[in-house]
Amino acid sequence: MAEPCIRAEQAGHSYDGRRWQFRGLDLTISAGEIVAVLGPNGRGKSTLLRAVAGLIAPNAGRIAVAGAVGFVPQAFMPAFSYSAFEIVLMGRTRHIPLLRSPGRRDREIASACLAELGIAALAKRTFTSLSGGERQLVLIAQALVGETPILLLDEPAAALDLHHQDEVMALIRTICDDRQLAVLFTTHHPDHALAIADRVLLMGDDEGHRIGPTAETMTEAHLADLYKVPVRLLRFAAEGRELTAFAPVFRSQVLRSQVSRDEVLRDQASCGEVLCGGKPVSGDSHAK
Amino acid sequence: MTASADRRVARTRRRAAPGLVLALLAGALVLVLLVSLGIGRYGISPSRVGQILLGFDGMDAIERHVVLTVRLPRVLTALAAGAGLALCGAALQGVFRNPLVGPHIIGVSTGAAFGGTLAILMSGSRGLLLLLAFLFGMLALLMVYALNALVARRNMLVLVLAGVVVSGFFGALVSLAQYLADAEEKLPRIVFWLLGSFATADYDKLALMLGLLAPGAALLLLLRWRINILSLGEEEARALGVRTEPTRWLVLVLIGLIVSAQVAVSGVIGWIGLVIPHLARMLVGPDHRALLPAAMLAGGLFMVLVDDLARTLSQSEIPLGILTALIGVPVFALVFLRATGSERGHG
Repeated sequence: MAEPCIRAEQAGHSYDGRRWQFRGLDLTISAGEIVAVLGPNGRGKSTLLRAVAGLIAPNAGRIAVAGAVGFVPQAFMPAFSYSAFEIVLMGRTRHIPLLRSPGRRDREIASACLAELGIAALAKRTFTSLSGGERQLVLIAQALVGETPILLLDEPAAALDLHHQDEVMALIRTICDDRQLAVLFTTHHPDHALAIADRVLLMGDDEGHRIGPTAETMTEAHLADLYKVPVRLLRFAAEGRELTAFAPVFRSQVLRSQVSRDEVLRDQASCGEVLCGGKPVSGDSHAK
Repeated sequence: MTASADRRVARTRRRAAPGLVLALLAGALVLVLLVSLGIGRYGISPSRVGQILLGFDGMDAIERHVVLTVRLPRVLTALAAGAGLALCGAALQGVFRNPLVGPHIIGVSTGAAFGGTLAILMSGSRGLLLLLAFLFGMLALLMVYALNALVARRNMLVLVLAGVVVSGFFGALVSLAQYLADAEEKLPRIVFWLLGSFATADYDKLALMLGLLAPGAALLLLLRWRINILSLGEEEARALGVRTEPTRWLVLVLIGLIVSAQVAVSGVIGWIGLVIPHLARMLVGPDHRALLPAAMLAGGLFMVLVDDLARTLSQSEIPLGILTALIGVPVFALVFLRATGSERGHG
């Protein structure tokens, strides 16, 4: 395999020097590879991304990147009403000298990227007037025009409806393959990791993280341990392929239906069987 | 083909094309300059002003003297001061991501005013006045920056409050200097200088001012794309590959340079640096590539018009600070209402 683009060695971060968000983290990501980061709130998923992006320094170990890093933040609200095109064009900045402004080539690259992502029609709209899904695509375009070998996305599909989740996930996989990028993204949706990640990083307590190929690492036991919620992985066939969906066993649902958790699990298992018949159902609604 | 089509679309949003707005502003500025050079106690028609400026032979010697020696340095000083202040205001608002700041609010003007007062108190030369105005203007900027960073970098109100605090501090020092000043000679000089006026403008003062203002403004204009990036916020700018701290400081030092050059020559002139950038943003949008030149043109235009009023409204000159505030406050209120209204309207 090629030389890794991202290499973390025994990396750790703590805000107060006592409580570690994570430590002892070893991770390498190569070109053309997508790694998803999962874990409970406050476990340092975003912190890890910001450390890889060089926005903060790890308190322990080291994180090295080979090349510039494109970063798609989770939330972004510009103070001024820039157009979507201007926001994307700003992604070219690392290629523009201090006293220069974007030239024809920069504008062409930005236009081409907007077209590639199917959002050319949004170019003249102000960024703040766009919907959540459109903003996410514009921010991804901004990161892409930087032409960096590494792409980091912090919750790229949070706050998106199912259709846009599908679009953004497919887009990330496509651009990773086409441009041979090293991609690292965080998500609260295990389904997103199942959909596009080559490997996953499950960030447990302190040093308790697991890294490995998606299918092997995302087991019911590991996920239940990670989220402290019983979890089922449902295998089903759709469009001629065997797929896996994530289903948490929420206590509230169990209580409301006034049946035992075992029965619910049995129901869910049988539901999985029904799915094998090919009825399109999304496992995502459970994940909410 | 699609790329060029997209570019065209990007340029023609609801606002008129920035290039057209800039051309119109420049045209209006030329007209206002011609008229301004003609009006006053000794009226001269704009066409004759044009002929004098172009060096036509056979012009009246008195008219030539009035236009070239009396009015031209004054009008050019007003133009440069207005353009510089509006440019600084637009850049400050971008760098601090805050449409409520301006050179006056952020304390630079008051700091520079104290520096200048100190120089007058010490019977210093013009050069010393300029130097002290610059040093204390930068000191004020530094204090506001430090206060803002200490309290809460993300809070916009804190920045404005820090500016009020620092302005208050240097305002008190200015008052102290006035209290200590010799009432016969220095106090009137200080008071007159502080009120802001172009009445004593001459080519020497103009050259002194332009010597700092022109290179500062040129560099600031060249940094216009970086100011776009800084306006996104600290982390966003760094994620885009910009070394934010040195870039921000470069912009701030240039602003300190321009404002103190203006204050040293024509005293404290408020409101231009706050109001004009808003107007310019309404005309050409928030992109600093168009906003900075638009603010300069509009600022120069506005300042020349205000100075016309200052020297023609009454028998004696009206201090500029009074006029810019009287015009600036209602304009700002209107602009601010429209800006917040449109933000609510368009999300």
